[in-house]
Amino acid sequence: MQEKYFIFGLIIALFMASVISLFASPEPDGLERVAEDHEFLEKGEGHEVMESPMPDYVIPGIENETVAASLAGLIGVLLMFLLAIGVGRVLKK
Amino acid sequence: MHIPDGFLSNEIWAIMWLISIAIVGYAIWRTDEKLGDKHVPMMGVLAAFIFAAQMLNVPVAGGTSGHMLGGVLTAVFLGPLSASIIMTVLFIVQAVFFQDGGITTLGANIFNMGLIGTIGGYYIYYGIKKAAGDDKGMFIGVAIAGWLSVVLASTACAIELAASGTVPLEIALPAMVSIHAIIGLIESGITIAVVGFVLKTRPDLLNLEKI
Repeated sequence: MQEKYFIFGLIIALFMASVISLFASPEPDGLERVAEDHEFLEKGEGHEVMESPMPDYVIPGIENETVAASLAGLIGVLLMFLLAIGVGRVLKK
Repeated sequence: MHIPDGFLSNEIWAIMWLISIAIVGYAIWRTDEKLGDKHVPMMGVLAAFIFAAQMLNVPVAGGTSGHMLGGVLTAVFLGPLSASIIMTVLFIVQAVFFQDGGITTLGANIFNMGLIGTIGGYYIYYGIKKAAGDDKGMFIGVAIAGWLSVVLASTACAIELAASGTVPLEIALPAMVSIHAIIGLIESGITIAVVGFVLKTRPDLLNLEKI
């Protein structure tokens, strides 16, 4: 079945986001690092236009940090998948 | 490289919003009613994969990390305009649901990390592929285009920061570009790996009409 390939791809993405991400480097990314080194990081703090439900890819209120991060990754991947499919369907022939 | 609210001046983030809306609006207009049946699952899986890949920060140099952007990878499969739309959805989701990147700065983030790669990167890849020929050209093309998409994104970011008065250009530009010249290698590596895997297992998926 052709669809198996796509499901396989989705499963890989789910695994990356919910398992492998737990081992991702916690170091600041390039922009954050430059902001720290040159002291403008504070400019980005407290200016959030809106509050997000899962800030920093963690579900708040879940005690186990691993589960909180894993679930956030899972939700994100599924959300992206569904939205992209939805957009694709809308733009289809 | 997600710019948070507060890093850019009102003028700069507004201009970047206008630019991104214009380009993405054009992409939606030209893509409407053009996508085929095979494009839809491809968009879904690519979106899922790129989201996951952006979570995987890899250490680069002392005390810094980087991750893949994915614009070139997406464009190689879907073409520049559809890829632009997918990357836009990605950055919106990241900003709205995960606080990754600001809302005022969403226009800049879409442009820097999405459109530069999906459009500029795509045509760089396409040109190299044509010049170097088929499979070999494809790999060289994605490697160079992928790397450039990251470096140019960091360049655009540095310029926006400087134009906003947040940090001087002579500090921001070398700092951003030097780190991202290394991070760009991650982009090249993952893009080559994914394209290579698909080429081996389902080459037909690399032959979708590019929109």
